[in-house]
Amino acid sequence: MIRNNVIFKSILPALLAATALFSCSPSSEETTLPILGEREAIEKEVDGKTVTDTVYHQIPDFAFVNQDSQKVTNATLAGKIYVADFFFTSCPTICPKMKSQMLRIYEKYKDNPQVMLLSHTIDPKHDTVAVLKEYAERLNVETAKWQFVTGDKDSIYDVAMQYLVPAQEDQTIEGGFTHGGHFVLVDENRHIRGIYDGTKEEAVDKLLSEIPLLLKAQPHAKK
Amino acid sequence: MQKSRFVSGLIGAVALVSLTQCFTQKKNEGERLYAEHCQSCHLEDGKGLRGVIPPIAGADYLENHRNELPCLIRHGIEGSITVNGVEYNQKMPGVETMPEDDITNLLNYIQTNFGNQNRRYTLNEVQDLLNLCPPHQH
Ligand code: HEC
Repeated sequence: MIRNNVIFKSILPALLAATALFSCSPSSEETTLPILGEREAIEKEVDGKTVTDTVYHQIPDFAFVNQDSQKVTNATLAGKIYVADFFFTSCPTICPKMKSQMLRIYEKYKDNPQVMLLSHTIDPKHDTVAVLKEYAERLNVETAKWQFVTGDKDSIYDVAMQYLVPAQEDQTIEGGFTHGGHFVLVDENRHIRGIYDGTKEEAVDKLLSEIPLLLKAQPHAKK
Repeated sequence: MQKSRFVSGLIGAVALVSLTQCFTQKKNEGERLYAEHCQSCHLEDGKGLRGVIPPIAGADYLENHRNELPCLIRHGIEGSITVNGVEYNQKMPGVETMPEDDITNLLNYIQTNFGNQNRRYTLNEVQDLLNLCPPHQH
């Protein structure tokens, strides 16, 4: 049991991460995406027998506010797959590139309500609802498809960690924040199914090729 | 006679080669400066970010506001501007420390790349234009 736990807690995730990093693009129809993040093996008694259940890392409940001042929670995204990222509107470094790549996903899945985009600002002090609204309007994107959310600063940084994206305030660097340019692909059970570098066109190509795999695997997916 | 013609031809060729080399180097210099200071926002292809950051590629602004560009690079720009019929309004920071010859190389790079075929600047011209920069807060 202890050994099992060690395997599940340390080796397996490492292996999974390695597979995720090094696997080539999926070629066969059966390919499924891994579930990323820590996982735990929980043993329980069922009818007198010991059964092992694997509990996968799941994005916990959250509550933010979007560019239209509406509340956005995990319920807003229920039954959808979505791509999450972290940015701020005045970011001079990687964000324009990230947003131009996110637009590719937006354009490709514009007409598929099954796919949503969720961009969190890590600078809620500056990026108020009004600022996010103007940003979204300038990008000419629909709220129903692409949510720009702000909220309590600590909650945003906490949820970034849950998405496995580093984000930090840092006055010593240009822009005042450091953050990863990751795009995180999340399935309808709020499991992380892929993490991609949102500043690299090739990585986003891979993301675009993996979304259909996930859509196919979703019970509610519509053609 | 034959020989001197050959020699002058040779000198000409050498001059031409070093001249082109000089130009290529300037182009590389402009390219390097663009990658270092501009690309994160205006992106590798010079197309900017839809509605938020205006394009360099095919931008009418480069021609219509040619004389303001040295100051724009040095001091940045903010407020509403229109590029190819689209309105933008987001602050661009200046690169206050960029020397005049770098500004010249960089401007010549953006004026003649990304599909642009606009007039180049001389160093003198850029110096004169920089002396006329409007008041700014720094
Ligand atoms: C932090 C992001 C950022 C950086 C870095 C940046 N720009 Fe800009 N640039 C902008 C924005 C935003 C505007 C629009 C300004 C406005 O709305 O008033 C702009 C406008 C311009 C314009 C006029 C409009 C157009 O696109 O034709 C030019 C020319 C330009 N930038 C060139 C440069 C050059 C050259 C550099 C590198 C020295 C550079 N920019 C660096 C964001 C940036």
